[in-house]
Amino acid sequence: MTDTLTAPARGQRTEPGPAPARRRRYARHLTRNLLVTLLVLVEAAPLAWMLLSSFKTQAEFVNDPAWSLPAHWGFGNYTDAWTNGHIGLYIRNSLLATVPSLALIILLGVAAGFALEVMIWRGRHQVLLVFLIGIMVPSQMILLPLFRIYFQAGLSGTLLPLIITYTATGLPLTVFMMATYFRAIPREVFEAATIDGATILQAFWRIGFPLVRNAVFTVALVQFFFIWNDLLIAMTFTNDDSLRTVQVGLLNFTGQYGETSYGPLFAAISINVLGALGLYLAINQRIIKGLTAGAVKG
Amino acid sequence: MRSVLGDRRAIAVLLGPALLLYTLVMLVPMGWSLGYTFFTGNVIEGFSFDGLGNFTKLWQDPQARSALRVTLEYGAAVTVAQVLCGYLLALLYVFVLRKSSAFVRTLVFFPVILPTVAVALMFQKLFAIAPQKGLAGIAFEALGLHHGDWFASGAGAFFVIVLMDVWRSMGFYGVLIYAGLLDIPEETLESARLDGATGWRLIRHIVLPLSWPVVLSSLVFSINGTLKVFDSVLALTNGGPGSDTTPLTLYMFRTAFSYGDYGYGSTIALLLTVVCLGVTLLIFRFSRRDPTKG
Repeated sequence: MTDTLTAPARGQRTEPGPAPARRRRYARHLTRNLLVTLLVLVEAAPLAWMLLSSFKTQAEFVNDPAWSLPAHWGFGNYTDAWTNGHIGLYIRNSLLATVPSLALIILLGVAAGFALEVMIWRGRHQVLLVFLIGIMVPSQMILLPLFRIYFQAGLSGTLLPLIITYTATGLPLTVFMMATYFRAIPREVFEAATIDGATILQAFWRIGFPLVRNAVFTVALVQFFFIWNDLLIAMTFTNDDSLRTVQVGLLNFTGQYGETSYGPLFAAISINVLGALGLYLAINQRIIKGLTAGAVKG
Repeated sequence: MRSVLGDRRAIAVLLGPALLLYTLVMLVPMGWSLGYTFFTGNVIEGFSFDGLGNFTKLWQDPQARSALRVTLEYGAAVTVAQVLCGYLLALLYVFVLRKSSAFVRTLVFFPVILPTVAVALMFQKLFAIAPQKGLAGIAFEALGLHHGDWFASGAGAFFVIVLMDVWRSMGFYGVLIYAGLLDIPEETLESARLDGATGWRLIRHIVLPLSWPVVLSSLVFSINGTLKVFDSVLALTNGGPGSDTTPLTLYMFRTAFSYGDYGYGSTIALLLTVVCLGVTLLIFRFSRRDPTKG
């Protein structure tokens, strides 16, 4: 362990009289602990407050102060949010829109990244630049024509507009990132495979794709959160209540019950937070596993 | 050998589907939207040619000016706060917590993945005054900083949006910059310390210049997102009170879908696009100069 920013204080130890140094070190530890405690509090307290409040009854919301704890622990608010609030249905819709989009983004994006970075042809740099435009330009610029196209093609009233739009808007970043990852792999790897009799398509599928597996995982994760948390596209292209995704449903949650039904609303938010937390814990382990595996192979 | 990697049929198979979808769903609509800016009307009522009418309207529209101001103010405030907090977090991880930073890093990163709508509704309740005063409202009052309804004034509502988005995303920039700081060779820091650079001077003259590239990419990444802010505002304040917190994105959405004016909506979208491209170019221009010598 090397010294850091706080190194000079350690040097004080050689000075006569250890007491001031010890006091200073103590003060430093205290500042550090206070800082970390404050940080943890600021991050965790709002979430904890919401989870605890989700068990309160309507009367408790109205009469007791916000920091009071619920008198009884029941899951009434949760069942109410899931069935009457249709959160269950909205989660199903979100899954039906997210999973196909994600699969398409990965398949098309990785292949395009390979074609643009590993394959050699004139104009490939220009095509990559054209994909870059898609990262910069805001979605507002494509909404209105798409709305018209989907309407006239009779796709409104299904989840297809969402899947098509998510796939297309997810491609630019994916193509760009995959091209960057393929840049790190020497072309000779693929050329060697073709000498052994494979076509370049087989080389891509059997060698290229597995080689960038970890990168694919990262890209898929980023895109999953983009799509799952999207509001703008989902709001624009879902005109029917039964097609709402989680975000649109949550936004309209208050409207459905009127302003007063706090318990189910807090429960609905908590379902979203807990779902994210479960996924987050699972991913964390996966990332740590990936990191250690890489380190062992070294 | 080059012929294998130049196989036209293979290129078409690999690139074709992505390029086709991207062209049809993004490039064509972009051009189409540009065309809309010369028209007025919508799908149901039909379109009529309006020449440069939308552009003169945009120039004189006080609401558009207000929306542009909100977009720029929000973009500047949140981007600076996000990257600054991210940098301070990264310094905390690397130099203070060192090996034991994993737990704090994981915790502070968590809100990044939460759905914006869920977080916005939570902040709405945290700063609510009815039916009971929210937790954050109580805390700020205890510190003597603010009394009464946060969402009654434009400034109060703006503050809550900025606070929420910094709370949500500082963990992301913390980890991004943390990874950048880890790339600084330990020997460099060590020799700087031997030369007597410590604390603020070490950060100012060694750490900051060496981590400038990652700060720059954080800024570009952040401003690209913050100028396009939509979910946070819509779910937290719905652009209110009045239109005090309505950014260009929301104003465009309202114009197109609530008032049914596709032409003017597209013109606002074009303004937003120009702002996004302009600001990004500006940052790149600025970054060519060495900031540490400024």
